[in-house]
Amino acid sequence: MTASQIRAVILEVIGQILPDEDLSHLKGDVRIRDQVEMDSMDFLDIIMELRKRYGIEVPEDDYMKLATLDSAVAYLEPRMAHL
Amino acid sequence: MVAPGGVRRLNDRDRIVITGVGLTAPNGNNLLEYRTHLVNVKSCIRKFNVRFMGDVIAGVCDFDPLKYQKKKDLRRGTRAGSTSIYSCQEAVADAGLDLASIDRSRVGIFIGITEHGNVDTEKQIYEISQFNYDTKFVSHHYNPRIVANNPAGEVTLNMGITGPHYTLGAACAGGNMGLIQGCQMLKLDEVDVALGGGVSETIHAFGAFASFRSEGALAAHEDPEKACRPFDRDRNGVVVSEGGCIFVLERLDAALARSARIYGEVVGYAMNSDALDFILPDSGGQARCMSLALRKAGLSPDAISIINTHATGTPQGDPQECKAIRQVFGDNPRAYINNTKCMIGHTMGAAAALELAGNLPSFQDRVVHPTINVDHLDPDCAFDTLVLNKARKVDKVDYILKNAFGMLGINSTVIVKRFER
Repeated sequence: MTASQIRAVILEVIGQILPDEDLSHLKGDVRIRDQVEMDSMDFLDIIMELRKRYGIEVPEDDYMKLATLDSAVAYLEPRMAHL
Repeated sequence: MVAPGGVRRLNDRDRIVITGVGLTAPNGNNLLEYRTHLVNVKSCIRKFNVRFMGDVIAGVCDFDPLKYQKKKDLRRGTRAGSTSIYSCQEAVADAGLDLASIDRSRVGIFIGITEHGNVDTEKQIYEISQFNYDTKFVSHHYNPRIVANNPAGEVTLNMGITGPHYTLGAACAGGNMGLIQGCQMLKLDEVDVALGGGVSETIHAFGAFASFRSEGALAAHEDPEKACRPFDRDRNGVVVSEGGCIFVLERLDAALARSARIYGEVVGYAMNSDALDFILPDSGGQARCMSLALRKAGLSPDAISIINTHATGTPQGDPQECKAIRQVFGDNPRAYINNTKCMIGHTMGAAAALELAGNLPSFQDRVVHPTINVDHLDPDCAFDTLVLNKARKVDKVDYILKNAFGMLGINSTVIVKRFER
């Protein structure tokens, strides 16, 4: 997967988790939780979706690396390159 | 102290009244719609597809959960939670209560359930079956969904209510139990407003259908609307339904002070146990329960105007309740007798509350809704005052007695009086 495909996947997953939110203005370099109403249980939904869809395990120590859209793409790119 | 009319004289602070009703049933999403369909005989029982079982016969509600919840809330919560929220919100609105202006730490939520957690447990097991039963795919949402207080707890989150909340596991007596608990908490002065009743999400789990079938107690009929047939010779089991019904309960002095509309006064209730069998009901325990409720209300059996039966349409259950009614009321009761499940199915934890709600308008319109699907009346269930197939206009309705019984021999009776000063 390319970086832009990964970004689209993340946005699609967040859209599924937060169906009431408008994600069209989500900035890549600002914490996602500062832009939309997302709590820790919602965040765990992202982790679960990555596990279910792509078999990707994100260790708890790395959760902060998914804080922004840009950092999430950077973190996942090598892990999803083979997909 | 017993007044000349038979009712114990209580001061207004000790009298509990119903000032709001919120509900969803397979044939109505508010009291007016539901009552209209009960009186005019509109059933809405239909085929419903259940995982592993295919099409079964069930009562399904079509309320709009997005009226009070966001899409995210629905994703996170349970069907029982949504049903509870809808019913509580509707009840509070119906009562004309402005939650923003009252002390929400003095509001309590008491919701009767038959069971809770089966739906999401089955769903989780199905989900992980798609991943070779690897338990790391169990959702982090699972625990808060299946804790027993979930349906009532979701209401607190939705409505900002900070008083006590819990569910009451009382099998199919749950709806009466929620109402009774609400009355008791008001009498104990633990709350000023009680939201009491019952809910059920049972149809969304295959287990209840499968187990009833294994017991030989799941209704079958080529026409779903004829499947639930209490008192009919050819009845063959239960139609499982979902639903919810919550009453706003207040002390009479508070209700009068705010000029609330009063649907009726809860003047008696009782719960007891057969202590005999896991499944089979017992007329003796049921009769003792009705007698106890009458005694608590200070009433003789002849005072009751309507007996709304629990009867579920099983060959084992219906005659037991009829026998119990004969023990308490004699062979020729003065009270009219009817049944609501024939039109909505068995809404399990919601049943008692929904069925009582469906009869409350009788105090005003003096109409007793009918029992349908009785083509060949079982002689063991025959009463001259059984209201069959067509609604009956009567002279006066003073007291309604609502029975609800459940597995493990749990019995409950609630008596509501037409309100008058």
